[in-house]
Amino acid sequence: MSLLKHGRLVGEDAFQPVADDAALPASGAVLVTYARWQVEREQLTGRNAPLGILLPNNLDVLDFGAEAERFDLIVLQFPKFSDGRAYSQARLLRERFGYRGELRATGHVLQDQLWHMQRSGFDAFEIPRADAVEAFAKASRTFSHVYQPTGDGRVSVLKQRLAAHNNKNGRSQEAAE
Amino acid sequence: MYQYDEIDQTMVEERVAQFRDQVARRLTGEISEDEFKPLRLQNGLYLQLHAYMLRIAIPYGTLSSRQLRGLAQIGCTYDRGWGHFTTRQNLQYNWIKLEDAPAALADLAKVQMHAIQTSGNCIRNTTTDQFAGAAHDEIEDPRVWCEIIRQWSTFHPEFSFLPRKFKIAVTGSPNDRAAVRVHDIGLRMHKNDAGEIGFEVIVGGGLGRTPFIGKTIRDFLPKQDLLSYLEAILRVYNQFGRRDNLFKARIKILVHEIGIETMREKVEAEFAASKHGALKLPQEAIDQIAVQFAPPAFETLSGISAEYANAFRTDFEFGLWARRNTFKHKQPGYSIVTISLKKEGAPPGDASAEQMNAVADIADRYSFGEIRVTHEQNLVLPHVKHSDLPAVFKALKAWDLATPNVGLASDIIACPGLDYCALANARSIPIAQQIALRFKNWERAHDIGELKIKISGCINACGHHHVGHIGILGVDKAGEEFYQITLGGSADDQAALGDLIGPSLNTHDAVDAIDTLVETYLRLRKSSDERFLDTYRRIGIAPFKEAVYVSA
Ligand code: HEM
Ligand code: SF4
Repeated sequence: MSLLKHGRLVGEDAFQPVADDAALPASGAVLVTYARWQVEREQLTGRNAPLGILLPNNLDVLDFGAEAERFDLIVLQFPKFSDGRAYSQARLLRERFGYRGELRATGHVLQDQLWHMQRSGFDAFEIPRADAVEAFAKASRTFSHVYQPTGDGRVSVLKQRLAAHNNKNGRSQEAAE
Repeated sequence: MYQYDEIDQTMVEERVAQFRDQVARRLTGEISEDEFKPLRLQNGLYLQLHAYMLRIAIPYGTLSSRQLRGLAQIGCTYDRGWGHFTTRQNLQYNWIKLEDAPAALADLAKVQMHAIQTSGNCIRNTTTDQFAGAAHDEIEDPRVWCEIIRQWSTFHPEFSFLPRKFKIAVTGSPNDRAAVRVHDIGLRMHKNDAGEIGFEVIVGGGLGRTPFIGKTIRDFLPKQDLLSYLEAILRVYNQFGRRDNLFKARIKILVHEIGIETMREKVEAEFAASKHGALKLPQEAIDQIAVQFAPPAFETLSGISAEYANAFRTDFEFGLWARRNTFKHKQPGYSIVTISLKKEGAPPGDASAEQMNAVADIADRYSFGEIRVTHEQNLVLPHVKHSDLPAVFKALKAWDLATPNVGLASDIIACPGLDYCALANARSIPIAQQIALRFKNWERAHDIGELKIKISGCINACGHHHVGHIGILGVDKAGEEFYQITLGGSADDQAALGDLIGPSLNTHDAVDAIDTLVETYLRLRKSSDERFLDTYRRIGIAPFKEAVYVSA
């Protein structure tokens, strides 16, 4: 298993996953489940250490989004590569709720999905293969353009064309003046 | 017609490169068949009974002559010299080798075509009225919107792993020729009282094992909001559509289970939050696409063409064909010609490479190089001058492409069925052939008039049987092929699902039953103007049922 952040290998995960029935460690960054967060809000926010949360992929993010900024890490799940709910969760967290922390994909994360995930706002990936860095680099290069605007800030083809068109018109107007 | 710019071209070429790499990784075993399957499906490659089937997108059913020649060439190089036009305005090749698929896709990219998202649980090829941009009754050319949707939906990062496939259809005419009420999303253009044009948005229609007529979720959507609204619907569906059961995963089930009101609330809330976002379409961007669909350079014509009038009078066969296979054009002096791919006895929708090349030549000469594909598995020459109609008829006839049966009993839709399809219960093509032969007599066929027969080889309903005036569904009965018959379905603006007439019949009895149903109609219709469907709606199922089961 490799953990990749911004395309680079992270040696050790700073966040320690804590099972629902295990005691919280005295210090250090932890990753807890959504269920635990709901019952232990106060203890968790009082710990004064970075906090991560693992969201179930059937959670309606609209019910959670307002709390997103309290977290330093949100982990979204792909139980099967074909289960794409977390793409919508990711875009909502980034684009609707303005979440800026680490957004990590876990589960059945395949090379051919990394492009979609990046575009949806993920910046970290748990990839079950040794050559994750190469796979990621390759996936990022798949397409030179994007047809849709998303929160990743890339200019969509439609806007690219519009700008080209306006530039051309702008220039010809200048020339005519 | 829309032409790719450098960006579009780069995107399809990069897709081919990506797929080439995926095939290579599959062939070396780096990825499993399980992991490869969705990748090949998103490139239109299905594993079928005998070989791989490659499904090519024909966006909104529009082809240039150059593209049609490209399809013919690919049919010759990688298939057995044929192509099969489908109800989804797609083309399928039935005999493709996995190793050849990347090369076939590369050839396709050379003529600005692709197989992207023709399969898989993603947004599929958007379909529309085959007469778009030519029909006299349209409000606006819907292809502009189909192209905008094509671009937005291509490689959509959020919606490539939906619960199930997703099909969008658009009609720009109040006379719906695109079956928008039986799609996941149907868009129907309206002009409001203020003279503005917008969309009625219909959601949750579909065929398959649980057919539904779609429901209107929004009466009037301003054009600039189209993509924001589509994204809102898809986002709700992606999150809340069922994923626990393949058969309940389509959006129609979600709409059915939560109800259209709840669906509307969710979608409208999502839309309210995003409508002023980056997807809002600036008018200039719409215009940039729209200019590419500007009408060709029509001549200004008036009066009746002498050649046309003369041929009509003197050539009986021509008259028959012109009456059945042409449709009123918006430009005076022009007609829309439908080329029937339903010669009685031939597999519906099949065209040989030679026929495709011939149609391309005829289009160049007489129809501004444009061809359309219809969801009824025929081809269209959208812009033919009246005075050229006799010549076009002659040219088509030489290639066996002038069967005068558009909309008649022998103009049957049939899915690939057990001849090709791994999911089939029964054959569809042979039964279509047998039925068509019963209506070969032109006098009888024209007397019967409009009759839409649609055949599917299994409950998946690829042949649209639910919405056939007569629908035929192949079922398996103790290992034998049987057929269920439904009556009264319709895919037009008054969309309806057919009613089952009774127990299923074996092949022989089913073909006979179709004859009986038609005879019953002829006996009971009010006048020769009353179509089969109208008679059925007036008198109901009982007389038909009786004729088939009691007298049998
Ligand atoms: C030969 C291989 C094919 C396979 C394995 C196949 C598979 C399927 C399946 C499983 C469904 C049901 C989907 C659902 O209800 O959720 C379906 C529906 C459908 N397919 Fe096919 N199909 C094939 C060929 C075709 C062809 C050739 C066409 C076009 C002529 C087509 C057009 C459709 C349509 C229109 C529907 C029903 C409408 C809807 O999506 O609700 N399919 N197909
Ligand atoms: S209806 Fe059934 S038999 Fe026909 S093509 Fe679809 S899946 Fe195959």
